[in-house]
Amino acid sequence: MQKNLFLGVEAIGQGAIDGGISGVYAYPGTPSTEITEFIQENELALQKGIRSKWSANEKTAYEAALGMSYAGKRSMVCMKHVGLNVAADAFINSAITGINGGLIVTVADDPSMHSSQNEQDSRFYGKFAMIPILEPSNQQEAYDMVREGFELSEKLEVPVMVRITTRLAHSRAGVVRSEVLPEKEVLLPADPSQFVLLPAIARRRYKGLLEKQELFEKTAKKSKYNEYIKGEDKSFGIIACGIAFNYLKENYPKGDCPYTVLKLSQYPVPQKYLDKMAKHCEEVLVLEEGYPVVEEHIKAAFKKDIQVSGRLSGALPRDGELNADLVAKALGKETQLGADVPDLVVNRPPALCQGCGHQDMYKALNQALDKYTKGRVFSDIGCYTLGALPPYKSIYSCVDMGASVTMAKGAADAGLIPSVAVIGDSTFTHSGITGLLDAVNDEANIVVVISDNESVSMTGGQESSALGKIESICAGVGVDPNHIRVLTPLKKYHDMMVQTFEEEIAYDGVSVIVFRRECIQAAAKRLRKEKKMKDNPNK
Amino acid sequence: MKTDIILAGVGGQGILSIASIIGDAAINENLFLKQAETHGMSQRGGAVQSHLRISDCEIAADLIPMGKADLILSVEPMEALRYLPFLSPEGYVVTNTTPFINIPNYPDVDAVLAEIEKQPHFVAIDADKIAAEIGNKRASNVVMLGAATPFLNIEPEKIEAGIAHIFSRKGEAVVEMNRKAFKAGLDFAMANK
Repeated sequence: MQKNLFLGVEAIGQGAIDGGISGVYAYPGTPSTEITEFIQENELALQKGIRSKWSANEKTAYEAALGMSYAGKRSMVCMKHVGLNVAADAFINSAITGINGGLIVTVADDPSMHSSQNEQDSRFYGKFAMIPILEPSNQQEAYDMVREGFELSEKLEVPVMVRITTRLAHSRAGVVRSEVLPEKEVLLPADPSQFVLLPAIARRRYKGLLEKQELFEKTAKKSKYNEYIKGEDKSFGIIACGIAFNYLKENYPKGDCPYTVLKLSQYPVPQKYLDKMAKHCEEVLVLEEGYPVVEEHIKAAFKKDIQVSGRLSGALPRDGELNADLVAKALGKETQLGADVPDLVVNRPPALCQGCGHQDMYKALNQALDKYTKGRVFSDIGCYTLGALPPYKSIYSCVDMGASVTMAKGAADAGLIPSVAVIGDSTFTHSGITGLLDAVNDEANIVVVISDNESVSMTGGQESSALGKIESICAGVGVDPNHIRVLTPLKKYHDMMVQTFEEEIAYDGVSVIVFRRECIQAAAKRLRKEKKMKDNPNK
Repeated sequence: MKTDIILAGVGGQGILSIASIIGDAAINENLFLKQAETHGMSQRGGAVQSHLRISDCEIAADLIPMGKADLILSVEPMEALRYLPFLSPEGYVVTNTTPFINIPNYPDVDAVLAEIEKQPHFVAIDADKIAAEIGNKRASNVVMLGAATPFLNIEPEKIEAGIAHIFSRKGEAVVEMNRKAFKAGLDFAMANK
């Protein structure tokens, strides 16, 4: 059997292609981005014409994936954990409409917040929507679960969530592929009212979803991904969710774990396994990546008094990602520590690249605002968030996609004038346009900086939905064209940039200043590609 | 056989290309492999690490436990020190001595090198200088790969074949230059370990 060395995210991309999808929908976000990139570049996917272009945001992506499912074909939508907040309306309601063609929503959580604003656990969302959740413990399971997940979705008639975390997403291991399943033909739902959530229909469909819960649990009980492993010492039980199962195994390299273990990779948690555990165990330890979802659940689900430990009890830290050492400590095993880090080692935080246009923009902004008190710049999610760090220290907020525009407006409403928003091109089309419309309709006195590097840079330079459209969008929303200014952020234009800031700060209304210069990383990539084309014109 | 390696460096220095050459060699040897990478924000000039685990039996966790790494392979000296808690008492530190200074408070370079020399098992090599002498500064990562090879439990010829394969698209001259870089690193480590 040939093994492919796949990142977890690549295994998911391959699983979707081999599972017969006709389209993938996504907005880039670490650690989920490479799922879609893999499909965009995969030869078989290109050959089959699988639809894979980036969407404007996670909500539009989700709805389009649901539309493809409505039409009878299999589709997948991918996002990082906070992206599901954006798509939540569509997500929750799609559990009630149900699906037609199989639909998988793959969500990549980021415990320890390596590249995120929070470490929310998507299993909560899955439970909230009352749909089955698959949580692979390794790259092979990630591939298999996605490949087979469309059929599961069709059988249970609801979307299925695949939940992974950073460590699985960005770790490589050997994966064996299975046969490629065919795509589905267009075939509309048998019941034409299925997707019409008018109250009378929604009530009926919601009852149906409630009735299906038992089936979901039974299916999880039978799932090959869940396993009840009896131990010699039956007094102590361990529930190991998803990738946590590996950290448990790491502590028993000879496979000699003496305790009863429930490997849990498909939810809802099967009550039968809990009942079985409750018969013998006096204490149960829960190992889970993220929030104490299972720990809270089993406390109520055990029908007798069993001591439950995990992230809530303090056996494991309440926050951050798990590892084998933390699991060893929770098991009372000794851990080994190498030498200490010498005191002279300092942090090396990420920084804006040398030559990046955001730097020139921030230098001009800082000078223009120098005469005012600090705390007037609201920013957003992207490379330019690094403007919060020295030497710039320019921005005072980074909350969620698009919040710069609306928070600047709210602060201006409160009387903070001048009030400035700094947002990137792709974040602007993701969630900034509606906020700008609010500002225009309310005649807010704000300056909106769109720092346009013509790509989604933080996640690796994906194509931006905003490309070539920013000025016309702003004018279309109602910004006075005299106050839509476009500049090139370069050192030699510094004085002009400062002057433009001063003019627009003086204007009592909504101003948009677009600073447009290609991302330095994208430019380097483009030049390398052009050189290659020149050297090998036939390739 | 089991080799647990922490690869360390700064975002943009190319530690993942080193990891991929070792990874290819391991897969060609039918070994099991897991390799956890840093993607996202840190790739913008921040500290980055990769956990590379190679074994002849199945590997459980994607991350190396503390105190269990056989090797820290770092393309930057301060970054080598950052991961010492992962290194086993018998493990080796193999590091480039050329610092990558992109922060204002980078410590005194001699003090950093003195800390490395305090380690019980180390190879400290000026890979940038050796690469420049060979004729291409950009080959410093291949020099580092050579310096790490005595500690990988994979035959040097297998790694060298991987290098030849990866650079073959760029022509025989580039392959030959990288072979030289690899050998220079390997020879240095054999003489100084």
